[in-house]
Amino acid sequence: MATTESIVNQPATPTPFQHISGSRKIKNALATALVTVAFLIALVPLGWLLVTVITRGFDAILSANWWSHSLSGVMPDEFAGGVYHALYGSIIQGLICAVIAVPLGIFTAIYLVEYGAGGRLARAVTFMVDILSGVPSIVAALFIFALWISVLGFPQSAFAVSLALVLLMLPVVVRSTEEMLRLVPDELREASYALGVPKWKTIARVVLPTALSGMVTGVMLALARVLGETAPVLILVGYSRSINFNVLEGNMASLPLLIYNELVSNPEAAGQLRAWGAALTLIIVIMILNLIAAASSRFSAIKNK
Amino acid sequence: MVKRIDVKDVDIYYGKFHAVQSVTVSVPPRSVTAFIGPSGCGKSTVLRTLNRMHEVIPGARVEGEVLLDGENIYAPSVDPVSVRRTIGMVFQRPNPFPTMSIRDNVVAGLRLAGTRDRKRLDEIAERALRSANLWAEVKDRLTKPGGGLSGGQQQRLCIARAIAVQPDVLLMDEPCSALDPISTLAIEDLIGELKKDYTIVIVTHNMQQAARVSDQTAFFNLPGVGQPGRLIEYNDTEKIFSNPDEKATEDYISGRFG
Ligand SMILES: Nc1ncnc2c1ncn2[C@@H]1O[C@H](COP(=O)(O)OP(=O)(O)O)[C@@H](O)[C@H]1O
Ligand SMILES: [Mg+2]
Repeated sequence: MATTESIVNQPATPTPFQHISGSRKIKNALATALVTVAFLIALVPLGWLLVTVITRGFDAILSANWWSHSLSGVMPDEFAGGVYHALYGSIIQGLICAVIAVPLGIFTAIYLVEYGAGGRLARAVTFMVDILSGVPSIVAALFIFALWISVLGFPQSAFAVSLALVLLMLPVVVRSTEEMLRLVPDELREASYALGVPKWKTIARVVLPTALSGMVTGVMLALARVLGETAPVLILVGYSRSINFNVLEGNMASLPLLIYNELVSNPEAAGQLRAWGAALTLIIVIMILNLIAAASSRFSAIKNK
Repeated sequence: MVKRIDVKDVDIYYGKFHAVQSVTVSVPPRSVTAFIGPSGCGKSTVLRTLNRMHEVIPGARVEGEVLLDGENIYAPSVDPVSVRRTIGMVFQRPNPFPTMSIRDNVVAGLRLAGTRDRKRLDEIAERALRSANLWAEVKDRLTKPGGGLSGGQQQRLCIARAIAVQPDVLLMDEPCSALDPISTLAIEDLIGELKKDYTIVIVTHNMQQAARVSDQTAFFNLPGVGQPGRLIEYNDTEKIFSNPDEKATEDYISGRFG
């Protein structure tokens, strides 16, 4: 009896490996299903949003004067005019913001990585950047309102909006540039020093070109982020239905501001269409910036082949 | 101008850590001096004090004198940048600039110093690449990136880059340790040729390589854990490898190092 039992318990062909247990197969299948479902659920609102904006705004952005005219003299219920004035406002406000925030951010990051390295000032700056990156856009807008308009007495203007956007863009640029500079191997800096190249020139001609494409990507993504900010335009500049090229004075439209105004103060169907069209336009602008960001990592200065 | 180096009673620190104690070495011009010793004993550290690369590391400092043809490179009035222009360096891992072509890598030192003359740069690039025994292999792809070369070619590119600025001295920190045997031989041959024009100091962990390429050898060792590294013995390579004065040297060379 004993012998038969031991033969029965032995596998037919002895193998050092165990078979996959049934319970593990089930757990694996469950986990796979769970992850896939979570992914699909996360995708639903995104797809829904895109489809809604595109279907509702598509007719607007294809209409005759959409890209070339403002809403000056257009009746609220009239299907006419375009967002030229708001597109200009968004782009110029973003540009002014970038012109201030990008050099400031890049120089700050260069200081943090190349000069400050763990010093007291560098730690203080990093702390400030951390705080700044947590500031909500409405608080940044209120701060600029208090400083620029209440204390210094300047009028509401597109420039004030740009200043608030600088506060929001600066920490993003510092962070992303810092990361890119840290990715540049120290060996390259040492190779340059060993050739008798001074430090500042090593940074300008070796470190920055090596990090450039990543830095451009970071700047583009930061810009895309601030272009959609709505709190600063609501607080710091009035809405205008016509073109205003003066950034220092007067009302100026921007895409978020136009969407808000059409939705809140224009119940007509034409207003709804314009709002959706402007939303789609904003998404297109942001997508172009994202494409530039992607292209810049493709056309990196670092060559291997 | 080929120059001699006299290291006089040098102590080297990383912050509070005393890495190397009282090293005195004289390197004659137009010769190859090898630094050997177990890892961590301070060979790279001593090498990097010879062109003031040591102080690039935060908190690092050097005490003592390093004389280049009698002039102390650590004198307060001396600009470390000019020292590095005179004393070139090749590193353990080949490190061509990834954003530059082969030709631009070679003349990087000159271009970054402000030389604009294209024709002159082309001539210098060719001369440096010929000296580094790389010209034949890359002359048809000078505009291609340096990162596309093999490891051995990249290291010769880095040597070409170092000699293109016409230094007086060439320091090499284990230049072959990342290379295959064929590339290693190519670099060793190159060192033999370069010593006609340069004073060369090379760190190597390969005893045969030290015996093959060097005229003098310096043996460094760690007396104990946590203690600074020291120069144990410095002499003609032949003497060090046949009949060293110190027992520690003999033990290390014969592999009886424990
Ligand atoms: N950047 C550094 N910071 C602090 N200590 C270092 C640094 N580089 C090297 N050391 C220390 O200095 C000693 C000598 O190192 P090194 O010169 O690299 O030795 P070797 O080149 O002979 O292997 C070692 O104890 C090492 O840990
Ligand atoms: Mg070393």
